[in-house]
Amino acid sequence: MSGTFLGMPPFPVAARAALADTQLRHNLAHATGTIRAKRADVVAEVDNWEELRVAGAAIKDNALRSLDATLLRLEKSLQDNGVTVHWARDAAEACSIVAAVALSHGVDEVVKVKSMATQEIGLNEALAEHGVAAWETDLAELIVQLGDDLPSHILVPAIHRNRAEIREVFRDRMAGAGKAAPDGLSDEPADLAAAARAHLREKFLRAKVAVSGANFAVAETGTLVVVESEGNGRMCLTLPEVLVSVVGIEKVVPTWTDLDVFFQLLPRSSTGERMNPYTSTWSGVAPGDGPREMHVVLLDNGRTRVLADEVGRQTLRCIRCSACLNVCPVYERTGGHAYGSVYPGPIGAILNPLMKGVGDDAQTDSLPYASTLCGACFEVCPVRIDIPEVLVHLRSRVVDAHRPGPPSAEALAMRAAGWVFGRARRLGAVERAAGLLSRALRGRRSLRWLPWPGSLWTGARDLPVPPRRAFRRLRSERR
Amino acid sequence: MKVALMVTCVNDVLFPGTGAAVVRLLERLGVEVDFPGAQTCCAQPMVNTGYLDEAVPAVRAFVDAFAGYDAVVTPSGSCAGSVRHQHAIVARRSGDPGLAAAVARTSPRTHELTEFLVDVLGVEDVGAYFPHTVAYHPTCHSLRMLGVGDRPTRLLRAVRGLRLVDLPAADQCCGFGGTFALKNADTSIAMGADKARHVRSTGAEVLVAGDNSCLMHIGGVLSRQRAGTRVAHLAEVLASTEEQR
Repeated sequence: MSGTFLGMPPFPVAARAALADTQLRHNLAHATGTIRAKRADVVAEVDNWEELRVAGAAIKDNALRSLDATLLRLEKSLQDNGVTVHWARDAAEACSIVAAVALSHGVDEVVKVKSMATQEIGLNEALAEHGVAAWETDLAELIVQLGDDLPSHILVPAIHRNRAEIREVFRDRMAGAGKAAPDGLSDEPADLAAAARAHLREKFLRAKVAVSGANFAVAETGTLVVVESEGNGRMCLTLPEVLVSVVGIEKVVPTWTDLDVFFQLLPRSSTGERMNPYTSTWSGVAPGDGPREMHVVLLDNGRTRVLADEVGRQTLRCIRCSACLNVCPVYERTGGHAYGSVYPGPIGAILNPLMKGVGDDAQTDSLPYASTLCGACFEVCPVRIDIPEVLVHLRSRVVDAHRPGPPSAEALAMRAAGWVFGRARRLGAVERAAGLLSRALRGRRSLRWLPWPGSLWTGARDLPVPPRRAFRRLRSERR
Repeated sequence: MKVALMVTCVNDVLFPGTGAAVVRLLERLGVEVDFPGAQTCCAQPMVNTGYLDEAVPAVRAFVDAFAGYDAVVTPSGSCAGSVRHQHAIVARRSGDPGLAAAVARTSPRTHELTEFLVDVLGVEDVGAYFPHTVAYHPTCHSLRMLGVGDRPTRLLRAVRGLRLVDLPAADQCCGFGGTFALKNADTSIAMGADKARHVRSTGAEVLVAGDNSCLMHIGGVLSRQRAGTRVAHLAEVLASTEEQR
């Protein structure tokens, strides 16, 4: 039903294609600009925002520091509340657990609350192999699923689409997946939402099994939390008889009161709202209310690898708000697909290499370089993940992973630069050579063409010609 | 106070006028500036591309060149940021406690030019004259890594004859990003094109910033477009007077 990120080229290649899509560029600039401004306005209202950020980071760091104990506490609380707890080492284990639950109830479909963890493990595709259809019920996820498309944003997965494109997807594809779009569907947001509502309601009322993720899992009380904007989550969490929740192990917080900080940080950072419209919390099976059977799948899938990385472990604080995507100047221009993962943007550029490990495939190794290190992401991160610091750290891990092999042209250039910059007289010699080159160019002030690799610069930019005398030379002549 | 100029490798090779402007400006303000000839590069190109071992010699050269100075002044927010935030990482990588100790001495004494003028010298009006319409681009590392805030614009507003116009989306990165400009050239250029569009929309004659590397990128795009807008380092604006322009 949906596409796949498998086999994506490295970021620079994927970005080149995305940059050429003028409709995408326009849609993204408009959408990210709008969310960015909304976020800035509602964050500015909070006097102690910086204190909240520090507190959010500290709560997560504390939970991560004793993750083993906190998780066991969560397991115990969940079990006491009548929930079946599963542990999944990787995507394949997690998918087979969910499939087994669905098959044990003899269903051929499940409804889904929007969830990054289930996207990450490719759950929909895995369930399809077992003959189980997984229906996305979040509006944007529905657009992506119906359009046989890929998500391009953590929070707004169809951000790359405008309303005219969405209307076409609904008109052409809804009938094939259930209730058709009404005749004469316009591209007015209210009409599009009404069509989605009618289409989804049929599925909510029919489905016996629901699959969710969780924004937070409270160890103390065995409570899972989903925050959402559309009410589709509330439907999925309350109507079906069986609920399976796939939860990354970093989602655990020790106590109920810890949520106070995140309920302030998350909505302002993600949707630019003071509070989110729907906050659902559930602490196991309740007699006469909601699902009769509950499962929680605690997912590692590379998270313990992230935890083992001293610089990178701060990434596990991430609450998937996507503020970093909305302010990222690279993301704004390339969109999310170029990152080749359900986690795009600055957070994806660190999370993917940290979870998968570097040195094995060129696509993953390209991600830490998909940034100018401008620092806008760190500035807005509600849990103070120093993304530029982690990016630079991961670049060194990529380089180190390739040190044993034959050196690339880049590695040779860097070795040469390291040698030149080791002694001022070596740099002085290079400068004299540049001065000779300048003399040969007889007064030209800029270059418009250079052979590769200089062409990477001069393809669209002029390059200043070095002056005949470097500053060092001018100083020594003055003495 | 013994003050040293860290000119940066980019300025040394490509923009010696900026180094000369810093010297002229500081001498006019009564500060004697040394140029330690042993200096090379802050090591940022290697560090930010992931080559930490290759960065060690440059960091050694830096601490050797600037040992014994009370203050190191540099006309680059990015290089000052590299010294203050990354030299310790390189020293740790070298495994040499002597280098780490030397870095701990030199890094905190390194100031970006506007920090030095406003915080150390306590001046905002440097007595400059620059009769042009100017837009200011706050470079990312000055803005977010160092947090220079409005120091550059306070200095610019005190320049006689200068008309400062607002640059739309000023705080957005220009797309230079060091080796990003080559490794992700297409994205870099897309960002640079948008920055150039904003610069042109202001009608400014001169785009001013505190980093010549970013200006080389934005200026390169403007020059290719034959836009008729030039770029200038902040130091050159602050150094210019009625007598010496």
